[in-house]
Amino acid sequence: MTKILTKHFDEATLHELATYERLGGYQGLKKALAMAPADVTAEVVKSNLRGLGGAGFPTGAKWGTVPPTDKVPGPRYVVVNCDESEPGCFKDRVLVTRAPHQLIEGLLIAAHAVGARQTFIFIRGEYQNQYDVLARAVAEAAAAGHAKHASIDLMRGAGAYISGLDTALLETMEGKKAWPRQPPPFPTVAGLMGQPTVVNNVETLSMLPFILREGGEAFAKIGSAKNGGTVVFSVSGHVEKPGVYEVPMGTKLRDVLALAGGVRGGRKLKCVIPGGTSMPPLMEKDLDLALDFDAIRAAGTFLGAGGMIVLDETADAVEVAHNIERFLAHESCGQCTPCREGSFWNEEILHRMLHGKATAEDAPNLARIGENITGKVICALGDTVGMVTRAYLQRFPEDFKKRVSSNG
Amino acid sequence: MAKRVKFKLNGREIEAEEGRLVIDAAKDVGVEIPHYCYHPALGNPGNCRMCVVEVAGAPKPQISCRTAVREGLDVQSDSAAAKRAQASALELHLVNHPLDCPVCDQSGECGLQDYYMKIGQYQSQVRENKQHKDKRVEAGPHVMLDQERCILCTRCTRFVENVTKTYELGVFRRGHAERVELTPGKVLDNDYSGNVVDICPVGALTDRDFRYKVRVWYLDKTDSVCPGCSRGCAVSVHTNTKRPWHNDGKRVARLKPRYNPEINGHWMCDEGRYGFGSLDRDRLGRVLRLAPREEELSWDAACAAIASELRGGAVAFVASGMLSNEDWSAAKTLFAGAKFYFTPEPDQIGAEDALLKRKEKVPNLKAAEALGLKSGSFDELAADLDAGRVRVLYVVERDLGRIWGEERAKTLVSRAACGVFQGPNACAVSEAFRYRLPATAYVEESGRFTNFEGKVSKYEKALEPIGSAKPDWEIFDAIRAALETSGKGAAA
Repeated sequence: MTKILTKHFDEATLHELATYERLGGYQGLKKALAMAPADVTAEVVKSNLRGLGGAGFPTGAKWGTVPPTDKVPGPRYVVVNCDESEPGCFKDRVLVTRAPHQLIEGLLIAAHAVGARQTFIFIRGEYQNQYDVLARAVAEAAAAGHAKHASIDLMRGAGAYISGLDTALLETMEGKKAWPRQPPPFPTVAGLMGQPTVVNNVETLSMLPFILREGGEAFAKIGSAKNGGTVVFSVSGHVEKPGVYEVPMGTKLRDVLALAGGVRGGRKLKCVIPGGTSMPPLMEKDLDLALDFDAIRAAGTFLGAGGMIVLDETADAVEVAHNIERFLAHESCGQCTPCREGSFWNEEILHRMLHGKATAEDAPNLARIGENITGKVICALGDTVGMVTRAYLQRFPEDFKKRVSSNG
Repeated sequence: MAKRVKFKLNGREIEAEEGRLVIDAAKDVGVEIPHYCYHPALGNPGNCRMCVVEVAGAPKPQISCRTAVREGLDVQSDSAAAKRAQASALELHLVNHPLDCPVCDQSGECGLQDYYMKIGQYQSQVRENKQHKDKRVEAGPHVMLDQERCILCTRCTRFVENVTKTYELGVFRRGHAERVELTPGKVLDNDYSGNVVDICPVGALTDRDFRYKVRVWYLDKTDSVCPGCSRGCAVSVHTNTKRPWHNDGKRVARLKPRYNPEINGHWMCDEGRYGFGSLDRDRLGRVLRLAPREEELSWDAACAAIASELRGGAVAFVASGMLSNEDWSAAKTLFAGAKFYFTPEPDQIGAEDALLKRKEKVPNLKAAEALGLKSGSFDELAADLDAGRVRVLYVVERDLGRIWGEERAKTLVSRAACGVFQGPNACAVSEAFRYRLPATAYVEESGRFTNFEGKVSKYEKALEPIGSAKPDWEIFDAIRAALETSGKGAAA
């Protein structure tokens, strides 16, 4: 299978500049710098590259919304979202540890495309090792003269999940509480310090060297329609070989599972969370689904950040829902009421259900509460709070019923 | 001028300024969309999600505090779906709310109660235990904080960030553990702290001066003007006459700011808000001649006696910026030819700031200026009194003891052949006058103040006068009538 980001992962010293350059590193940047910024963006548009941090928004189109300087004067920024916190996602960690220069090259290409003289890498505080690797790589790249057109600064998060959301991330960078902003305006118009800011995920930016080197069309050809290139899945849970697997966009779910060695111990599959715990699960009937943003969306869930969690028949939907809601209640930023109170309420009900005190009203009440949250909140975390439990309720009603009857 | 456009609200075609928030445009035509976090002076963070409306063509419900009016917009704020969304937002607000209304001072003017009656009225589905937080936090000298009642709308924190820029309050912790707390090392003691009580839509921030004194539904509300300084903030006087045994027997329970975009916006200062404490202290209610021996007079007898004194000339008229426009005007007529003394002395001068507070701590010096009245200095007056050049000393609502010191003031007053003291309250020197006339306090009369910018505001009568007290202008007019019946005006 075609690999882009993990192609050279067999090289033990890929994180070093010399190795990266020997394998064709920084050629894409060189090419980009010789091009007009608008042409770089056009190439990315051609590539069908989608935002791999979770939203799947076309990257080239996002850059295109940065207003021209005569409309909004002042600096532009590019911020790398390396606040990988979604349970089940660990691909950015691997990408940064093994191929930091790939990210830095991509970042410098993006900076050129949108006219940013300053760029930032916001990395979650827990990623100490990754921070050290990146800091060293940034220093190497600067010393080699790659970062003449834009500076790169690293910033570390303080442990809030919500900081991984672009606008909350910007608030954090400004030294404020990580409360998401409510667009409009979107960050590309008014982001960091109110200036046009492009926030892109590690994986997205890491794709850029290939796109510039090989051309947008070559990249688009690898993927499926409107979903260019590859996607990196972090596969975990009840599989034989959990790990990071890069596959072309449009690869079947069945094939991704096969790469990970299949369901552990030959057990029956219960469901697969495709993009991190916030996403509703796919079922066995979806095994032949060609995984890309649009196909997964059509199946009623999201590709997210590719945090694939496989659950076998031993998993209990109430326990799974409780585990996820507990996390969301813990990480809800508390800004808007439906999410703050709803996540707490959901967790409490599910907790009670787990401890033999379920009532027949609990399941319909959970469904009702969920409906009252999703779509009525400020950010995606809140939408998730209302979505997750409902998804498990709808797919595994018998697991919830069992809890009521087991009360005796 | 912004463009006027047409949009639809609940099927009704409405014209509004393009870009105006739907929640405001709806209010303009009498449709109140429920909300907690939005406040016109504090912005629209959109965190309470109460003002959800249906917008035609939008994939999900929108919040009307962040939806701008544009041509052809079609909004439903009272459709079944919109109402259900509003009710569910309210339900979520109440998940962790203690529902301690019977012991909550906000009862009767609480946003949670109001909207529950309007759009809620459902059976609670909450079977879980509620979060516990701190219920009795002394936020500052005037404000108590109950974190359990708080719905985290952030109005108070936005007030201390954006209006006073003093940052005493903040939202700390995360998620359902989140709470409004004092910023470490700070106390909520800025000059405008009382406003956070007004803007708090629930019982989280209550007024330490007012709480537990009287239930709000017993209060009467009257439009008035704060007499605390020359800003003349629009206020509402909340009076307690239905339950006189409440509120420690005091008739005025509290002052609240009243929105006036030209003068004070939404706010008032703590000095003005809590400055009514002495209103009913040492009130004068009877018309008295104190010397040679104390004797109660009728208004007619007193006015006739004073008129004949005034006829002798050499009159000094002492007043202050406490007089209304009507009082000043009547005084100008009655005391034509007399010397006026009303310039503010140090006891009437205080701190001022860039927000509302003015240094002259009386409301209405501007009217005297507008009428062309000139004030002599109190040093001059003292010298004239000392030298026996003042025959009639007529003092209205001014404590000379605070200018000259009590003893000296008494001595100087006794130098005048006839002293008249008129005012709502007795003072240290008021015993030294021959006549003592009871006047109404500003809450017992209606009138107008002219503020330092020349803006005229009307205040209404909130309470009945004490005893036989009358407004100053009525007394002046009665004395003038007495003078005229005897066919002569007041002499110089």
